[in-house]
This record gives sequence, C-alpha cells and structure tokens, in this order.
Amino acid sequence: MSKTIDEINQKIKKGKAVVVNAAEITDLVAEQGVESAARKVDVVTTGTFGPMCSSGAYLNIGHTKPKIKLGGGRSYLDDVPLYTGLAAVDVFLGATAVPDEDPLNKVHPGAFAHGGGHVIEDLVKGKDLRFTATAYGTDCYPRKELSTLINIKDLNEAVLFNPRNAYQNYNVAVNLSDKTIYTYMGVLKQNVGNANYCSAGQLSPLLNDPYYRTLGIGTRIFLGGGVGYIVWHGTQHNPTVARKENGVPEAPAGTLAVMGDLKQMNPEWLVGTTMLGYGVTLTVGIGVPIPILDEDVCRYAAVKDEDIWAQVVDYSEDYPQGKKSNLGEVNYAKLASGKIAIAGKSVPTGNLSSYSKALKIADTLKEWIKKGDFLLGDPVAGLPGAESGYACKPLNERPFEK
Amino acid sequence: MISKKVVLHFPRSLVNEPVICKLVRDWDLECNILKAKISPSEEGLMVLELKGEEKNFELGMGFLEGIGLTMQPLSLDIVQDKSRCQDCGVCVPLCPAGALETDPVTRKVSFSDSKCVVCEFCVQVCPFKAMEVRF
Repeated sequence: MSKTIDEINQKIKKGKAVVVNAAEITDLVAEQGVESAARKVDVVTTGTFGPMCSSGAYLNIGHTKPKIKLGGGRSYLDDVPLYTGLAAVDVFLGATAVPDEDPLNKVHPGAFAHGGGHVIEDLVKGKDLRFTATAYGTDCYPRKELSTLINIKDLNEAVLFNPRNAYQNYNVAVNLSDKTIYTYMGVLKQNVGNANYCSAGQLSPLLNDPYYRTLGIGTRIFLGGGVGYIVWHGTQHNPTVARKENGVPEAPAGTLAVMGDLKQMNPEWLVGTTMLGYGVTLTVGIGVPIPILDEDVCRYAAVKDEDIWAQVVDYSEDYPQGKKSNLGEVNYAKLASGKIAIAGKSVPTGNLSSYSKALKIADTLKEWIKKGDFLLGDPVAGLPGAESGYACKPLNERPFEK
Repeated sequence: MISKKVVLHFPRSLVNEPVICKLVRDWDLECNILKAKISPSEEGLMVLELKGEEKNFELGMGFLEGIGLTMQPLSLDIVQDKSRCQDCGVCVPLCPAGALETDPVTRKVSFSDSKCVVCEFCVQVCPFKAMEVRF
C-alpha cells in the first residue's frame, strides 16, 4: 500500500486523519503487524526537548530618528553581545553568547548564569529587554549611539533560525579520569561516576525516519511551541555513519536546520539553559510529523528504545583529543533503566533531554494535526542521504605565514 | 530511637561554643555533621543529623534554644521548583543521597527531602536552575 502526503493532507483537512505518537505506533505494530498499522495510521508524531547549542534568532528592530547603522558596530541585548555583521537594523542573537564581562570558567567551575539562551527565552516571554548599541556613523546613518527598551511585539521580525538541531542519535558520555569534568554533556564524575546521554530515543524525530525518506526542506514542524520548518540539513549532518541492520545510526548522524517565527512561539519550549562549567545554551522543543507513506516508513517509525544503540565515549581524554573510545555501546532501554554496565561497573545514567517533555510535544503535534490545524509540508528537496557520500569531516589545519 | 536532620543557625556570640560536644556528652545524641560553615559576618550554619532517644532529643533541642540557636527541620531547605524543572534527569545520578529519582513510567523527576543532605550539588548542576536552597 502507499499513500501520498497530499492524500494524507486531504484527510487532515476533513478532520479524519489517524494520528498516533512514536511510542503508540510501536505498540500498534507489535499488536497488529506492520501491514495493518501502515494502512490504518496516517501520521506518526515525534518529539524532542533537549539543549541545542546551534540556535539563535535574527531580529529587525526598526529604524530610529535619526537612523543608525548597527552593522559593523557593537550591540547588546540585556548585556549579551549580538552579531552585527548584517544590514543596518538587523542583528543576530546566538544561544551561546555571554556578556563581555562574564568570568566564564576562570572562576571554577564557571557559573554561566546568563547568556543568549536566557535572552531568547525572555524575548519570547514578552519581557522588555535593554538594547544598547554603538555605531561608527555614516552620512546616511549618522547616529552613533542607541539605548532603548525593546519588546518582541514591536520588532519587525524576530525569526528563530537554528543551524543545527535535532541530532539523530548522540553519544553516552563518561569520565575515565580521576577528577570531575564539566562538559556540554553535563557534569561527569570521575572514575565513570555517571553516564550522561542526550536523546529522546524512540520519540526522537530523525531516529523514527532514519533514512530521511519523508522529510526535507519545507517539512512543517512543531518548533518552540509554534509552527516552524526544516530549511536545510543541519551543520555536521553525517548521514554516512555506521547503521545497525534496522537502519538506525549507531552514532551521531543527521541534523536539521530549522526556522520559524519567534513571535508565535512559547517560552515553555525555548528555555535558557546553563551547563555548569561549560557555557550557556538553549533547550529547544521540536516535533516532526512522519507521514506513513508505506510499510517501510511504518516499520522505521515503530523503532523502540532497545533497538537504538549509542556509543560510550570518554570525555576526559578521548573526546577532546579526537581519539576513538573503546568502551562499547549501549541501547536506550538500558540507559532509561537508570543504570548501565561499563567495564564491569554499574554506572547511574542521566539524560540531558527530557523524555516526558518530548512526549508532550509529540502529543501536542498529534492534537494540532487531528484538529485539522496543521497540514504536512511536502518537501521541495530532500536531505543528503546515506548513499549520498556526504560526510562530516574534521578540520585539516593548514598554517600560514603571518 | 529517632533520627532527625536539623539546620542550626549560630549567632555570632555562639560561633566558638562547642555545642556538638554537649549534645553528645550530656544527652547521648549521635551527631553526624552534614555541613558546617561560618559566613563572613561570622554567623554559623550547621546541618546535623541527630540520632538518639526521643526525650534526649527534646532536651538537647531545649538546650540549644536556651542558649540562643535558631533551628529548623531540614525539609524546608532544598526546594524543587516544578515550574522550572524540565524533567531531564541530569541531577539524578549526581545526588549522593539518592534524593532525586526518575519515575520509570512517567519519566518525571521527583525530589525527596527526607533523603536530602543539603550538599547543594543539584542546585549548581541543574541546567534550568530548578533546585533552590532556602536557609
């Protein structure tokens, strides 16, 4: 059997689409078999809610009297520096930016209490924020200074634009050294004191469509509590990573670049985040609907935690030095149990990504589609696939004469 | 036999008094010092786990109040702000007392103040600042 996205959208418009979340499809396929489930179900919704550092928003604040050229000058929102390499009143706010005077990790371990991610959350909350800028002044844009409160309601545009989100699988991080370390995978206790992972597993968008068959540029998604779109493959997209027989990558693989109007998003799903001793980031909620086009798509969407594997990586030495770890692999069911075995030791696990919130996203998207409010996007182009030869490379350093 | 965790606030005048010694010797109370610090303004804070006969415990507390210490049960002091908690779970393996747990079904994180030893690690580590210390 096969369905098209258009046929499914016709059913959605009539309020007749059968929609389940990525955990429910697993049970359905187990009970009724793939063939029956694929015929009955039109859409499977996925979700994820975790820290996604390559996130940010571009803003147009509107022209002043007299006019100012922010481009090439210095601008700040609540003391967090903005990127001003764009047009006169366009700025970019990145999730990991921190104030100029921030002590960073010079005061051990590094509090990172405030940064881009927190400002994005405050912006979406509708708070008044302090915008300050200095500019070099030109004949047409003579003004050299600006200090004003701004509010998201008054901006011309506030667009969430995330170059890399929704990682397809990630590592399990441990610390083999004898000192606690502070990483983007959280605080890792010495001597494999804990094992942190970061994935919604069987609910995760790209783990439910491992070969990116049903999604691509133009796919409409749940983003930050509102509607967004997949606009490109994300940075470090790596579709050619080794996969298990079920097609699921066993290491970090695909990524998505996503975008959407920040003004219709919700601070419940865009949360400023502090990774102690590491930095500031933004926790982003994303949900991707998977149209059940045929039995294969259904089979992939029915993947369960015990069939998704991740590599255990040492973050004290191997990861920073670019060496391969030899600590084995573990599946997400074991990780969710709270304890895994590494080299004969029982290690407690911690997830950086919230499974319960991922489920809430998948269920929210399910309701939007069932109500007929949300049509599926039919991609205008796909993402580089597993056979494309596209691979993420390390930097080949080439020093030059200064 | 009872076991209780208490937070003691020492005014400046008592910072140098060996009160623990008296609790042990005079009222036979087992004292486990979970935390002790003196602030720059020379006020002291101590988190104690006390074990002993109930009547001795009452007498010991009476002595402390009599000399001017204020105390409160530990359960008031670490608070989980459910509106900030995102139920991720990074705090769970880091709690030395097992006071944080993930429910295997709902996958939500709960905090049990009866197990908490106020090490404050969760307060530092929580990416969403959902854990607060209130003394």
